[in-house]
Amino acid sequence: MASVFSGAPPAGGPGYSFKSTPTPSQASGIREHSFYPYADNGGSTLGISGADFTILAGDTRSTSGYSINTRYEPKLFKIGGEGPDHVGATLVLSVVGFAADGHALKERLDTIVKMYKYQHGKPMSVAACAQRLSHMLYGKRFFPYYVHAILGGLDEEGKGALYSYDPVGSYEREQCRAAGAAASLIMPFLDNQVNFKNQYMPGSGEGHALQQRVPEPLPRADVEALVKDAFDGAVERHIEVGDGLQTMIITKEGIEERYAPLKKD
Amino acid sequence: MDSLFDKYTSSSHEEEAQLQDADQELSVNPPLSLKFALPPVAQSSSWLRAMTDDHSNPSCPIKIAHGTTTLAFRFKGGIIVATDSRATAGNWIASQTVKKVIEINNCLLGTMAGGAADCQYWLAYLGMQCRLHELRHKRRISVAAASKILSNLVYSYKGMGLSMGTMCAGVTPQEGPALYYIDSDGTRLAGNLFCVGSGQTFAYGVLDAEYSYDLSDDAALELGRRSILAATHRDAYSGGYINLYHVKEDGWVKHGFSDTNPIFWKTKLEKGEFSNVTANFEDDDTSQRV
Repeated sequence: MASVFSGAPPAGGPGYSFKSTPTPSQASGIREHSFYPYADNGGSTLGISGADFTILAGDTRSTSGYSINTRYEPKLFKIGGEGPDHVGATLVLSVVGFAADGHALKERLDTIVKMYKYQHGKPMSVAACAQRLSHMLYGKRFFPYYVHAILGGLDEEGKGALYSYDPVGSYEREQCRAAGAAASLIMPFLDNQVNFKNQYMPGSGEGHALQQRVPEPLPRADVEALVKDAFDGAVERHIEVGDGLQTMIITKEGIEERYAPLKKD
Repeated sequence: MDSLFDKYTSSSHEEEAQLQDADQELSVNPPLSLKFALPPVAQSSSWLRAMTDDHSNPSCPIKIAHGTTTLAFRFKGGIIVATDSRATAGNWIASQTVKKVIEINNCLLGTMAGGAADCQYWLAYLGMQCRLHELRHKRRISVAAASKILSNLVYSYKGMGLSMGTMCAGVTPQEGPALYYIDSDGTRLAGNLFCVGSGQTFAYGVLDAEYSYDLSDDAALELGRRSILAATHRDAYSGGYINLYHVKEDGWVKHGFSDTNPIFWKTKLEKGEFSNVTANFEDDDTSQRV
């Protein structure tokens, strides 16, 4: 499943994704060029849902191999709403992996969500959009989009909704998810701080009788602090993450977009 | 004049095809198209394998989430379906909360092992076909027919790289409780008991030892739970939560999505099983650990 929904998997330990780095070629002779339509543009995204809001965040660095293409390439996109500025949009898509595939996916989803409103006279729900996105990803099952997508919005009850995807469209609704290059650094932090994994109630028992701390939706201020801490931590230990932090907060008032600087080294 | 103009300025066939695709995507009722994008290479399946098959190529760029231990067995009280909830992409645990039991309708369940997206998508598609069958024939589809829709479907994609090992469990008036195993090779088997996934051997070990058709409902549920627990203990690709279902004549009943860790310690400390594991916090005699 899932989704389900994987971060950049560390191949051979928590490592870095430099698969596209040029390797010194053999001296000469016939070389076959295989069809390799992908690049890894690095970066990381994360999303956390609360009782009445959803926060998505992503760094704005774009890399290829060891070089930095640009320090401002957004990974978060508003979906739907009116016109090119997405006025009144309630959905946010974040994509990390291969930026070109991510852009293509975002353009397609945006068009579909806008057309849905024209045809049905009501905005698309997150649940419907989430399923449509899954089917779009699966439509390229045999020629996948190289992306890890996270979709955020508010459900029909006004609660924060967050869906995460694997590259071929298995999806799952979750409380929190980190994706991309530093997923393996951020996700354990989120497990502990959002879902209270490995936290026990002091004094609830001795030894094996200790009770686990029960997770509950976090207040918005706490979540915003967690997002900043997660990225500050990732920037310290991952070379593909840095430069800027783009955040979108979805509430019933609409989408609030913010930008904060991250370390640029 | 206009027609001549149109004739020589109209888009090429390829462009037309693309336009049609775009129209289709935006039409009011998107058709149930099974048109999948293919890479522009001669051997698309070997290309896909090079890009996504973690097993044959551990440094493949796209890691697809995979499912793991699932079991289902028939007994006098119906069918028990149990799964773990871990999804892995390479060595990375992509999720610990996957719902590997897919509720096709209120009487039919499917399980998910192999590619998470393949199972999710095609079992949802099967759910749709089952509903269409109901509307067309005014009665519910048999488990045999439902499982055959799925097996014929995956067979038509044979060699393309789908990866799924699934079980269909359900109860219908004509068949009673019925259980089928279907995988992406095209295999379709009816049976009393199946375990599927990388933890299948560990689950079979417990299930075969304790299984009997005359089990009571509670004993059967406990056996399902215990078999998955054994698999999560010995198989690194299995873990997370135990998802338990009981399929009865009037539909399925869910029996929880429960964390393995407390269940493991309860099983060990209260029943004295897993005696190879030490429960003593101060014990640092590692030579005894297995």
